Order: sequence, then structure tokens, then C-alpha cells
Amino acid sequence: MKSLYAWGAIAMIVLTSTAGDVLLSRGMKQVGDVAELRRRVGVFAVLARVLKNPNFLLGVTAMAVAFYSLLFGLSWGDLSLVVPASTSLTFITNAVAAKLFLHERVDQRRWMAALLVAGGVVLLAV
Amino acid sequence: MTFRKYLVLGGVAFFAATGDGFIARGMKQVGNVSLHRLPDILLVVLNPIIALGVLFLLVFFACYMAALSWADLTYVLPATSVSYVVLTLIAKFALHENVSLTRWLGILLISAGVGFVTQGPAFTPPREKPEELAGASVSTRIDS
Repeated sequence: MKSLYAWGAIAMIVLTSTAGDVLLSRGMKQVGDVAELRRRVGVFAVLARVLKNPNFLLGVTAMAVAFYSLLFGLSWGDLSLVVPASTSLTFITNAVAAKLFLHERVDQRRWMAALLVAGGVVLLAV
Repeated sequence: MTFRKYLVLGGVAFFAATGDGFIARGMKQVGNVSLHRLPDILLVVLNPIIALGVLFLLVFFACYMAALSWADLTYVLPATSVSYVVLTLIAKFALHENVSLTRWLGILLISAGVGFVTQGPAFTPPREKPEELAGASVSTRIDS
């Protein structure tokens, strides 16, 4: 039963951190290249623009939910299961979500990268 | 990709790894936080090593957001996984931990993945304007 809870938490972490990454990425694309912006309007105007972006704020909220899901997951399952499982699955779901929602060109090279990194993260925890 | 942009990606990996490292070391000093005294978790930031870790993670977040402002998520994420490699190297050479063969293999896989993705373009250009899209959509569908 406890492992079912742990996997539920892992699913929640994967879902919310993927949503967070996608929202943050979309928000920052809307803000634009921050280095170029900083040269034009100054650092405080850039900060204000980032902090007022709804996608950025939603993304940070999703990341916070992911963090608390991780804490719950750690109380139900082992560190050596919860962290590598959620981290490596997130690399793969992020590639899928980036293609679906951000319309990024996820070519063979990027699929390979996502799979290799996901596999590598699992091995680090073994 | 300019040198400055590679520097930002390097910053993401470096500050994520060192920030996590500082927090891990600080939490070992603080000891267990009991679930019954959960508010104590707010006081752990008074530990200087943890405070330093939090500061480093803030810099990490700033670098990560800067990278996402000019590169694809599927480019930035694998590139930032270099932080796991950095963390393992810190564990091996600074903390003198034992790093097993499977972990070295994991590092090899991650490095290979990063190598793959950094050879390609960093950014998918925005799609054409709606009036051009009608004509273009036929060819993109055939492509994919």
C-alpha cells in the first residue's frame, strides 16, 4: 500500500514539475531574451516584467507543488526510489510536453538526449 | 550560441550542484527535523552553510530563467543535467566519497546525452504568421 502512495507521489511530482517547466519556459519566451532586455530597459524593468508574467507565476506555483509532493513522496517511499524515478521520468515527460505545448522541434537528437539523461540519472542512484 | 550563453548554461549546472551540496552538508549539521516540530524547518536557514546553499540556488534559478528566455526547454534541461556530473565529481574529489562503477556509467550516459543535444540548434524559431501558415501547414505535415 505504501509503495502505491509513493508511486502516486512520483506521478504527482512528474506532472507538476513538467507543468512548471513548460509554464516557466513559455513565460520566459514571452518576456524575451533577458540579457538584451536588460541592456535596453535596465535590470529592474526586466525583473518587473518577469514577476508580472502570469505563466511565470503559475510555473513557480507548480514547482512549489512539485516540491511539497516530493516531501510527501519521501515520507512514503525511499529516497533511492522517489528521487531518481521522478527526476528521470520528468526528463522524458518534458520532451513530450515541450513538443505538444511549446511546439519545440524535438528531433531524434533531442529524444536521444532525453532518454540517455533519464537512464544516466537512474544509474547514478543505483 | 555565444560564449556568454554557454557561460549561463555552465552557471545553471554549477550553482545547482554546489547549492545542493551546501544544503546537504548544512542539513547534516542541523540533524533530523522532527515532523512534530515542523516549524523548525524555517529556522534551518539560520545555519550559514544552508543560507549559502539557498543563495546559490537563487543564482541557479536566475541563470535557468535567463537560459529559458533564449533557448528551448528540451535544449536547456539536458544541458543542465551536467550538474549531476559536477555533483558526482565534487562527491569524489572534494568529499572523498566512494563512487561506484554504475555511477560512472550514469555519468557517461548523461554526458553522451548532453553531447547529443548541444550539437543541435538551441532554439526553435517561432512559427510563421497565421496568413502564411495556411500554405505552410501542408508541407510541415508531410515533413512530420
